Amino acid sequence: MSNTITFSIDGKEIECKAGRTILDAAEENGIYIPRLCHRKGVSPHGSCRVCTVIANGKPMAACTTPVTPGMVVENDAEEVTAMRKAIIEMLFVEGNHFCMFCEKSGNCELQALAYRFGIAAPRYPYLFPHREIDFGHPDVFIDHNRCILCARCIRTSREIDGKEVLGFVERGPRKKVAANAEHGLRETEIAVGDEAMAACPVGALMPKHVGYQVPIGKREFDHEPIGSDIEKEAKASTK
Amino acid sequence: MNLAERSFITKLCQSCGKDPHRLMDIIIGVQGAYARVSGDAMNLIAAELGLPRVDVESAVSFYQFLSKEQKGHVRIRLCDDIIDRMYGFDRILKAFSEELGIGLNQTTPDGKFTFETTACIGMCDQAPAALMNNVVVTNLNSDSVHDLVESLRKNLNPEQLVKKTGNGNNSHPLVRAMVQNNIRRRGPVIFQDFTPGEALRKGLAMSPMEVIRSVKTARLRGRGGAGFPTGMKWEFTRAAAGDRKFIMCNADEGEPGTFKDRVILTEKPNLIFEGMTLAGYAIGAGEGILYLRGEYTYLLDFLNETLKERRASGLLGKSILGKDGFDFDIRIQLGAGAYICGEETALISSCEGLRGDPKNRPPFPAQKGYLGYPTVVNNVETFCCVSRIIEHGAGWFAEHGTKGSSGTKLLSVSGDCRMPGVYEVPFGISIHELLEMVGADDTYAVQIGGPSGQLIGRADFQRTICFDDLATGGAVMIFDEDRDVLEIVQAFMDFFVHESCGYCTPCRVGNVLLKKKLEEIRAGKGEPSDLEYLKSLGETIKATSRCGLGQTSPNPILTSMAHFPDAYLKLLHEDKQGYQPTFDLDEAVATAARIAGHGRVHHED
Amino acid sequence: MSKPKIATASLAGCFGCHMSLLDIDERILDLVELVDFDKSPINDLKKFTGKVQIGLIEGGCSTDENVQVLRDFRRHCEILISVGDCATQGGIPAMRNTVPLLECLEEAYCNGPTVYNPSGAIPNDPEVPLLLDKVYPCHEVVKIDYFLPGCPPSADTLFQAIVALLKNEPVDLPYELIKYD
Repeated sequence: MSNTITFSIDGKEIECKAGRTILDAAEENGIYIPRLCHRKGVSPHGSCRVCTVIANGKPMAACTTPVTPGMVVENDAEEVTAMRKAIIEMLFVEGNHFCMFCEKSGNCELQALAYRFGIAAPRYPYLFPHREIDFGHPDVFIDHNRCILCARCIRTSREIDGKEVLGFVERGPRKKVAANAEHGLRETEIAVGDEAMAACPVGALMPKHVGYQVPIGKREFDHEPIGSDIEKEAKASTK
Repeated sequence: MNLAERSFITKLCQSCGKDPHRLMDIIIGVQGAYARVSGDAMNLIAAELGLPRVDVESAVSFYQFLSKEQKGHVRIRLCDDIIDRMYGFDRILKAFSEELGIGLNQTTPDGKFTFETTACIGMCDQAPAALMNNVVVTNLNSDSVHDLVESLRKNLNPEQLVKKTGNGNNSHPLVRAMVQNNIRRRGPVIFQDFTPGEALRKGLAMSPMEVIRSVKTARLRGRGGAGFPTGMKWEFTRAAAGDRKFIMCNADEGEPGTFKDRVILTEKPNLIFEGMTLAGYAIGAGEGILYLRGEYTYLLDFLNETLKERRASGLLGKSILGKDGFDFDIRIQLGAGAYICGEETALISSCEGLRGDPKNRPPFPAQKGYLGYPTVVNNVETFCCVSRIIEHGAGWFAEHGTKGSSGTKLLSVSGDCRMPGVYEVPFGISIHELLEMVGADDTYAVQIGGPSGQLIGRADFQRTICFDDLATGGAVMIFDEDRDVLEIVQAFMDFFVHESCGYCTPCRVGNVLLKKKLEEIRAGKGEPSDLEYLKSLGETIKATSRCGLGQTSPNPILTSMAHFPDAYLKLLHEDKQGYQPTFDLDEAVATAARIAGHGRVHHED
Repeated sequence: MSKPKIATASLAGCFGCHMSLLDIDERILDLVELVDFDKSPINDLKKFTGKVQIGLIEGGCSTDENVQVLRDFRRHCEILISVGDCATQGGIPAMRNTVPLLECLEEAYCNGPTVYNPSGAIPNDPEVPLLLDKVYPCHEVVKIDYFLPGCPPSADTLFQAIVALLKNEPVDLPYELIKYD
């Protein structure tokens, strides 16, 4: 039996190994499916829903849905784009995202997705929640105002760093990342060199003392949209 | 934390075999004994079970009935749903507040009482109701509040409030609840007499495959609302590879307006357990778990006693009814106040000792469920149907109801009618027929299937209850003309925001936005374009949410907009000047004006 | 034929967006070829002379006066544009939104580490505008037709958007011109 599956994305026939998720299979074929909570090397989470595609007529999260033979996936479709934009806008109004002074600006994946989709302002009202900042650790802080609850730090810390320093507490709109301790990060073993630090797509889990190192114009998403690297590889390989 | 508490927790963890998957039992136990699970307690539990402390905190903070902060000796939780709101919720809330001298979510300075609200506790046919610790108090009125509180002040024991017990097993010494069954109509399937072992004896004479075939021939579909064919689910689970397999009974009846499972649990527990045992036989499972919602804790001892009796009669345990190699037992897992745990994968998470987050699908529980093993999750009523199918035959069962929806359905009827309660009706009954049956004469709107279902008007009353038309888990809420449609919708949206687990973006954020817009419209700050806004936002939430909660939470708004457009249109106004109707300048400066001691000075020319 | 008119205002902003508009350098000569400036701090014209085609709003609404100015713009402008992060999101002033108003005022006028205010009074002269309960992005107060985010939006962003509108072309800015910082 063949270990290869054929399916299609936006009408393009694609082959991939059995067991691949739609997101991974697309990426291997130079198709970028926008995502936030997904991070290579850690288990998929399926929480941000930005990677929603239409698979065989049904909206599915590409990061958690395995490809099935003959599956018909719509990624670059008006309906899909509309849903993704709505979700990104929800994330912007849910927290307090002050891009103008955030150290992550220019390298922030949430912001970069908004740029990619050409979002000038969200259609939803800003909720301006009151959120705390855990500033007690000497080298690391969490600004909950910027957190999008993607669990990348939690998963990376547990699965890559082998540490149990973070988890989720509360539920619904009050859900938040919490330190594995009574009094915040300073009581945990988190370290500035942890892979978890690099995992945060936004400016929520950040190192202290090193903000604004890269000047405007030289940051990751200043000139090219997020996902360009994946799409470029495809172009290069077809030449 | 004193020594006694430390030792209590240590012993509790030991009695659960220090199994982290039993975390729910442990934290529920600590909460019960100390009215909180403190940070120190979390540290100790984490150490005993070998879990990160934050995972303990994660679970404690997830469930409504658990808390890190100290609650009072008696925790009064007033049931808040639309039916209770219709029958005096506000007055009773005020009466309690005055009597106790505290507001909502506060504890009296003497530590005796905490006053809160809670989502529907499954007593809509005897509303308004409340939980006093685990004791259910029904048919509250503002006059009785004074006496209740007086009485509680004397000995802080809610059990003494039960002066007169309800009918049936509500009077059982292990139940002793003032709850009434209100069984208004007994159909052939659920509410007939049942002799424990009757179905099992017949089932064990068949092969497991024959049992599954009977369930399929009977065309049984899940009674929880989604209507998945039960036999097919069993077949998948049977076929799935796994050293262990599990049967789970979903008794987390949390859909507001639903209470039929509560009555089954009270009157027909053997029918449920027997169905679970048959399922275990059919798919090759050795263990069953009944997940009982925390609101029904008052039934726990009685259900455990029933299990004990079944073990004694050889209906559970090793070599059931002498059948060599068929070992099956059931334990009861208590919930702790989370509607989402009625979602089958969230229910599994909760049973595993986790916060009640749903899981990603695929894999489905039939492939990877509880602890990663193939698992069947069915509703209470579905298991009862299984028992009857095996007892009387698939043909007998399929004779009832319609072609696509065989058998009977239990309906929980509440709201504006003379005879609220539980009705066992054949599938295919029309809303007209039902309304006549329950004594509803002037019905304007009916909510079918609870908040996650749909709100329909008179134009749809000829429609029928079945999987092909109006599918329902059983809730039927009836509203007369003088009810405010948007108030009903508001109550449902409040509920969904409260119950979202917060895992995925569209449900966590989107429902807050829907609720906010609805509030603005009700406050007269809506404009015609809001209809498109609600529709588009609602459709996005439905399409992109990860589980059934978000996939249905916009239904109250979407179905009321479709069936009661005037309820919205009459409140919407276009602003000709291009101002946002949602912005009210006087409201926005009110605080500053109060601080400044003067109102707005007009500079406009 | 008379030239179309443009009006500008800075509400709860820092005038940075206006600076950015001036930063179009010599292209301002092209711009004044295309438009006349009506009410604007650039020409210090305090009142509208009549209807104008384009209104540019910098800053969000922090006071009742901001609201009055914004509504005045909405009434006078055919096209109203939110310019900059304060107008489109609330921006830096909106950092106060998660703190109750009284606490904000007490910090500013009574308790702040650099405050010298022996009377302990919070200013309440009727001439001082009243603060709103929070800072609102402009589109939560009036309808806004276009959004140009950025802190500030670059001169190119402003120039290209305005010129496109004046030429009745769609405002379709390239990737590099829609930024939030």
